[in-house]
Amino acid sequence: MNVADITFYVYSITIIVAGLLTVTSRSPVHSVLWLILCFISAATMFILLGAEFVAMLLVIVYIGAVAVLFLFVVMMLDVDFAQLRAEMSKYLPIALLIGVVLLMQLVLAYGTWTYSEGMEARLVNPTPAPDEIHNTQAIGALLYDRYMLPFQLSGLVLLVAMIGAIVLTLRHRADVKRQNVLAQMYRDPAKAMELKDVKPGQGL
Amino acid sequence: MTIGLEHYLTVAAALFVIGIFGLFLNRKNVIIILMSIELILLSVNINLVAFSHYLGDLTGQIFTLFILTVAAAEAAIGLAILVCFFRNHGDIAVEDVSNMKG
Repeated sequence: MNVADITFYVYSITIIVAGLLTVTSRSPVHSVLWLILCFISAATMFILLGAEFVAMLLVIVYIGAVAVLFLFVVMMLDVDFAQLRAEMSKYLPIALLIGVVLLMQLVLAYGTWTYSEGMEARLVNPTPAPDEIHNTQAIGALLYDRYMLPFQLSGLVLLVAMIGAIVLTLRHRADVKRQNVLAQMYRDPAKAMELKDVKPGQGL
Repeated sequence: MTIGLEHYLTVAAALFVIGIFGLFLNRKNVIIILMSIELILLSVNINLVAFSHYLGDLTGQIFTLFILTVAAAEAAIGLAILVCFFRNHGDIAVEDVSNMKG
């Protein structure tokens, strides 16, 4: 058993334990923190598999953006989570049943499969030797060439998500005074002030 | 015994099942439901990267990037809907939401 094997076992146990604690822990803040631990362990596992770029992306996008977004929302919403968790034990049997059935199905699927004949010849994008072209460069060459259209479309998905999130959460509060730019621009300076000639002793 | 593809697939399967388990366990708490969906997508990513490594084909890693994109978009939209819902209702109990009469 070498260092890579020990690393794999340590991080796979960490992933599973952190995943279990994510779905069962008492407060959602703790859940988010366990989720972050799960992502970090998965990133380490990706490095073990030689996918450095995806590992770094996982740390930056998932932990840096998504998990922190979760953390912000959990802390912003003033919700009584104890009440939400009260009926958790009611769902435990059905959840366990579905989990065990699903796990058995997956074990059955993973137990009996082999690579098909001539699999090496049918690879679409064979990985270049890592000592010649490193992982990030190889992914970049593929992503900007062969997968250009899906890449652009994923950018479009992100744009739509951004617009959607802004539209959903933006609100105009009625009790806050705002600057009305059009009213300022269409204002007529000649009508802004009226001069009255007040005669002495008469008033208006 | 060296680490093979099956080891990674087993970890991914366990994580997938944990995600499904979390979906059913936290029927009311939509934040945990969203986190469970993230776990499920992460297990799919582990599968893709493991296959990519053991087959010697980069396509798996490319598709991991796309799944990452979709997961980020989904989390952003889901949390935005959640914040919106919380403003209108004052809680996030999603089990008996029937505003749209769907």
